[in-house]
Amino acid sequence: MRKFKVVGKSVPKVDALALAQGKPLFTDDIELRGMLHAKILWSPHAHARIKNIDTSKAEALPGVHAVLCYKNVPRVIHTTAGQGWPEPSPYDIVMFDNKVRYVGDRVAAVAAETEEIAERALELIKVEYEPLPAVFDPERAMDKGAPVIHDEPDCKYIIPVFYDPKHNHCAHIDLEVGDFEQGIKEADFVVECKFKTHHEQHCSLEPHTCICYFDPAGRLIIRTSNQVPFHVRRIVAQCLQVPERMIRVIKPRIGGGFGGKQEVLIEEVCAMLAMLTKRPVRLAYTREEEFVSARVRHPMVMWAKTGVKKDGTITAIQLKVLSNAGAYGAHAMTVMNNTCAKALPLFRCKNIKWVADAVYTNLLPGGAYRGYGVTQAAFPMGVMMDEMAEAIGMDPVDFWKLNTIKEGETSPIFKALSETGRGVEMIVESCSLPECIDKGAEVFGWREKRERYKKQSKGPIKHGIGMCCLVQGGTVPLIDMASAYAKMNDDGSFNLLIGATDLGTGADTVLSQIFAETLDIPVEDVIVYPSDTDLTPFDKGAYASGTTYLSGMAVLRTAEKIREQILGVAADILGEPKEGLRIENKGVVSGKSGKRVEFSQIIKRALYGKDQFQIGATASEFSRLPPQSFAAHFAEVAVDTETGQVKVLSYVAAVDCGTAVNPKLAEGQAEGAILNGISYALTEEFIFDDRGRVLNPSFTDYKIFSAPDIPKITTILVPSYEPTGPYGAKTVGEVNINGPLPAISNAIYNAVGIRLYETPFTPERVLNALKEKRKSKIKQR
Amino acid sequence: MKKEIEFTINGERRKLIVKPNELLLNVIREDLGLTGTKYGCGTGECGACTVLVDGEPVVSCLTLAVAADKKTITTIEGIGTSENPYPLQLAFVETGAVQCGFCTPGMILSAKALLDKNPNPTENEIKQAIAGNLCRCTGYVKIIEAIKLAAERMRGRKR
Ligand code: FES
Ligand code: FES
Repeated sequence: MRKFKVVGKSVPKVDALALAQGKPLFTDDIELRGMLHAKILWSPHAHARIKNIDTSKAEALPGVHAVLCYKNVPRVIHTTAGQGWPEPSPYDIVMFDNKVRYVGDRVAAVAAETEEIAERALELIKVEYEPLPAVFDPERAMDKGAPVIHDEPDCKYIIPVFYDPKHNHCAHIDLEVGDFEQGIKEADFVVECKFKTHHEQHCSLEPHTCICYFDPAGRLIIRTSNQVPFHVRRIVAQCLQVPERMIRVIKPRIGGGFGGKQEVLIEEVCAMLAMLTKRPVRLAYTREEEFVSARVRHPMVMWAKTGVKKDGTITAIQLKVLSNAGAYGAHAMTVMNNTCAKALPLFRCKNIKWVADAVYTNLLPGGAYRGYGVTQAAFPMGVMMDEMAEAIGMDPVDFWKLNTIKEGETSPIFKALSETGRGVEMIVESCSLPECIDKGAEVFGWREKRERYKKQSKGPIKHGIGMCCLVQGGTVPLIDMASAYAKMNDDGSFNLLIGATDLGTGADTVLSQIFAETLDIPVEDVIVYPSDTDLTPFDKGAYASGTTYLSGMAVLRTAEKIREQILGVAADILGEPKEGLRIENKGVVSGKSGKRVEFSQIIKRALYGKDQFQIGATASEFSRLPPQSFAAHFAEVAVDTETGQVKVLSYVAAVDCGTAVNPKLAEGQAEGAILNGISYALTEEFIFDDRGRVLNPSFTDYKIFSAPDIPKITTILVPSYEPTGPYGAKTVGEVNINGPLPAISNAIYNAVGIRLYETPFTPERVLNALKEKRKSKIKQR
Repeated sequence: MKKEIEFTINGERRKLIVKPNELLLNVIREDLGLTGTKYGCGTGECGACTVLVDGEPVVSCLTLAVAADKKTITTIEGIGTSENPYPLQLAFVETGAVQCGFCTPGMILSAKALLDKNPNPTENEIKQAIAGNLCRCTGYVKIIEAIKLAAERMRGRKR
């Protein structure tokens, strides 16, 4: 493996100090003269037609500048999903409709001098609803006679895929590679189970926030906390029916996204209000609004059936998926596709069948969430692996190792399907998963603990361990694109302008490191400026584990072009052919004569001396062969058989993200994802009443882990070298959120012999399962 | 009915006229323009709005501005300087404890309140001190590491 100077070093995050000093870096940290405040009126009904809205009283309230509703806003059907064009999500939403489809759906919006006035104005809006029957259970959504949620005639996909809104059927795809039934016939054991996963909110600490205003030239500036600025520009232009050249989107620092901000959730309303009032307008969600009217992880019902031979060969895998898209279909099909496309290539099996549906219901719309469908599928698959290992009497560690894909191998799934539909044939170019399994098991103490917990103590607390392996493909092949632009300054420093969107992940730092490595300069010489649709070149945005890999490649190519220019000027100065020169420590050295010329001399010559030109370049990269990141996770739990409480005691993750460009940041990504996954597995849960209302829209009642709750988390980076990535790097953002559900479920089984097929693993569920187990034991006798 | 209040914030005496129901968070962010104090929930559950009042961490989103009358307030802008950052700030940067950074100001102030009283806290004491500060990005691992490191340095054992 190559030795690097900057890559592979944990240089401090370029924005960390300013953030730690509380500098005004976020969307909401500016105040513009004359800025108005916007508030939105939410639907109290899960499903209703709006017969009439009377906004006259609200409009008459002093301090109110605009009121929007379906009556005065053009009806432009679109999708809020922040995806590339043509979006693989249905066009099924308009800015304001005369129908509401979930409690928390948008009804009207107000812009006023203060937030208080805006809130008072909302109370003055009179809405006449005609409530309609609602459907909440995804398994009932396609029943005959179920209420039709999207009965509007204009909803559609703009790509040719299945869509049947008349039956609430938002997406469907199925596929089979090999022969599943044959595979079942060949099996010695067949396991079959039904699984359910639940809603999850992103809970980024910074709520969705947007400020819109006009610059002196009359162009609309959208300053927004969003992962996909370029998609925001395109979709807002579409909704407002203005040309894209009228709009500039600026992304300041983002206070966390996790997929929740891969969505045009508020920008178009804020922009419309600014357009109408000719004043700056601020629209920011409250925490409660985050819970009742943002997006969630798609809950899924899944049926898994697998066959295994006594020797450990998996002969057949079937996964049936029913995804609850909620009221709107943003990301519904692509998340659903990933339960196969990005989850199943992990398994060495010839016969795989996958059938998937996404349905509309009158609940919160699903959206993008770190893991993006792989999290959901990893749960049934991880538990099925544990069951199969048990059925044939093999240790899970050995069983996983035997049945997971290796370097140089391929999966028929790669070709059969991608996130958006069409797959690409490819092999896994880099994979250190076997080492991850070994190292993880060793550090965790797997074999020793497995033995130890065979004998449980007499008391109510039982201990157990569980494991699983994970994969997450980075980028969407043939679709995702990233680019960069850089120029050299008088002193030999560089401006690096990237479309890539750092949402707290450290992307700006990692990309600066890749740039610095290529030109052999320190990171301090890179002035990075990200995501401004006027200034930086296009990037698809921060999603699909694509930034380090794809934006990284774009940055690398940009730096390579610049290197050529620098060598050209140096050759001229030194009077030697370019071919014999190389870049070294902010200068160019001749291999032959040993002469050296500094970057600062080179740029002076280029800018002021002879044949003047700007040393600078732009380059882009699109995804051809998406790299696969892997991980092996190990969880140790204590289960209190009296209270049903599950506590994770220790958690080890061994991660293959290729070259870790910045190990500390990579570890941080893993740790954050793991804890998010653990708290999703144990405590986070939406509670809905029978009318579809969220009953717990606060951090007190929707419990995410705080510091005292955390187990001991150990992250081990196990490098591999991805030949298609920048300096061997792959991606690390998502893969680790997929582990806690299966690893903890398997550990609970190991501790107390109950399998939990439904998430989260609450005390109530554990106690019920323990009761069931006792009952069935009595029956058996 | 507005009220006049007076407090010391980041070493500066300020006189302000506020509404009786005005929240300290809004006064700090909007009237004083100190935007390092963040809104994350408005209900006292996330700690993003943490400031120190007479050295104690309080959630400014639940504190009335009038309650800060005659008190001493410290916000993130009040510890360290641009050239000479506070040890906790440096430790957060070095350990990788800052991801999105939205929780960071509140987190650092809670940690400062702890270290001011208890220069040698156990891991458990650290966890308890930041129990009211939620972070969705880091999993807290590196935050705890940062506080330990800063404590060690502030005790003068390590440079
Ligand atoms: S904003 Fe004050 S505790 Fe969350
Ligand atoms: S760093 Fe993002 S919430 Fe803590």
